[in-house]
Amino acid sequence: MNDNAPPRGTPVGRRVLLGMLGLGAAGVAAGPVLSQAVNSVLSGIAAKDPTGLTALLPDSGGFEYYSVTGPVSAKSAADYRLTVDGLVDRPASYTLADLQAMPQVRIVHDVQCVTGWRVPKTPFEGVRLADLLEAAGVRQGGSAVHFTCFDGSYTESLTLDQARRDDVLVALKMQDKPVTHDHGGPVRLYVAPMYFYKSAKWLSGISVTPAVESGYWENYGYDVDAWVGKSNGRDDAPTS
Amino acid sequence: MPRPADAATAGTRLLRFTRAERWVHRCTATLMMVCIVTAACLYLPQLAELVGRRRLLVVVHEWSGLLLPVPLLLGLASRALRRDLGRLNRFLPYDRAWLKAALRRSFRRRAGKFNAGQKLFAGWIAGAVLVMLGTGLLMWFTHLAPLVWRTGATFVHDWLALAIGIVIAGHLYMALGDPEARRGMRTGWVDRLWAVREHPEWEATEEEGEQPQVQGSNR
Repeated sequence: MNDNAPPRGTPVGRRVLLGMLGLGAAGVAAGPVLSQAVNSVLSGIAAKDPTGLTALLPDSGGFEYYSVTGPVSAKSAADYRLTVDGLVDRPASYTLADLQAMPQVRIVHDVQCVTGWRVPKTPFEGVRLADLLEAAGVRQGGSAVHFTCFDGSYTESLTLDQARRDDVLVALKMQDKPVTHDHGGPVRLYVAPMYFYKSAKWLSGISVTPAVESGYWENYGYDVDAWVGKSNGRDDAPTS
Repeated sequence: MPRPADAATAGTRLLRFTRAERWVHRCTATLMMVCIVTAACLYLPQLAELVGRRRLLVVVHEWSGLLLPVPLLLGLASRALRRDLGRLNRFLPYDRAWLKAALRRSFRRRAGKFNAGQKLFAGWIAGAVLVMLGTGLLMWFTHLAPLVWRTGATFVHDWLALAIGIVIAGHLYMALGDPEARRGMRTGWVDRLWAVREHPEWEATEEEGEQPQVQGSNR
């Protein structure tokens, strides 16, 4: 290789490379502990940082923005509709005002993303999915619920038993404010006991189906029954 | 073996990088920029809101990351590239002096074909890319390792990505300030006077031999 230089010198380049590999391995081993330590420091700073730059650092806490399509155009109270159809006796189309007029439920749980981030004690408020299904009247043969979204791509599913749980909401408020567009507003699903990909943003359709149809990420290998701590190979503390 | 400093004649040019080396750099740089841009769109909320298309970005990011070491591995077939890797690897006494001078912001710095800063950058970025590749694979194939590994891999991948972004920005900044160095990477040829000033200890091999200005001004 280096056939022309009599003084060969010390292989510092190789040492730097191997040092990086060693640091990387040590970082992976210590990562679970370190990321929590960093999070406890950074989340405190990020909450007070007026520039918002701290929140861009890894492990600084808070929600991440995920969307599976291009930019999603916003819907307002004027043009938002939520349809309920499929194997039901009374298909319906709700405006935002219709949903606001129904009994509202407020629940507070941690939010856990399957990619690892967790936001503690987040209030969600809205209509119980069970109430909407009750109003529509599930017909014989319906055993699952399929959700579609006005981003045009995202889909999700629950079994009928899961959909009727008390901690599954069609949420109109998040953190005690109307759900913003970035968080999937004006109306999103909230499935408290499951990983957050089940809580579809920009909810526009609820359809009762004879069997569970896999959702968007589930077609890429995510678990359909996405219980926090008992699916996707993860062992996070349950959220609900 | 003649050194750039030995030459009394100005206006001649030296071959700094062969065609193979330039293509390895070009392909690696392109893949690295694709990695950085897709990472930014996946990670920074403002960009994620603008671009969305999470699945597409993930696939492009994964594959460009996986391919990142390939140009260099193919380039190992080139003797000139192997020789330059050897030069990047080895530190000579004047390299330590160069680092000290750089820290004191002194401009009296001796360097071979590559200065000590370039040598450190090469070793660091090679190691960093391998760590990103390893941690990236742990995050990609989630059933490869237990969850705690994935958490640790995510931690390393996120923070090292930030460090790589800063270091690459520094690399681009240094290149921006030195048009002759950029021309060397673009055309292969550099001005002898530049080489004398920046790389006085560069012992040009026969292939790296000089060429008169007239023929060498192939931009």
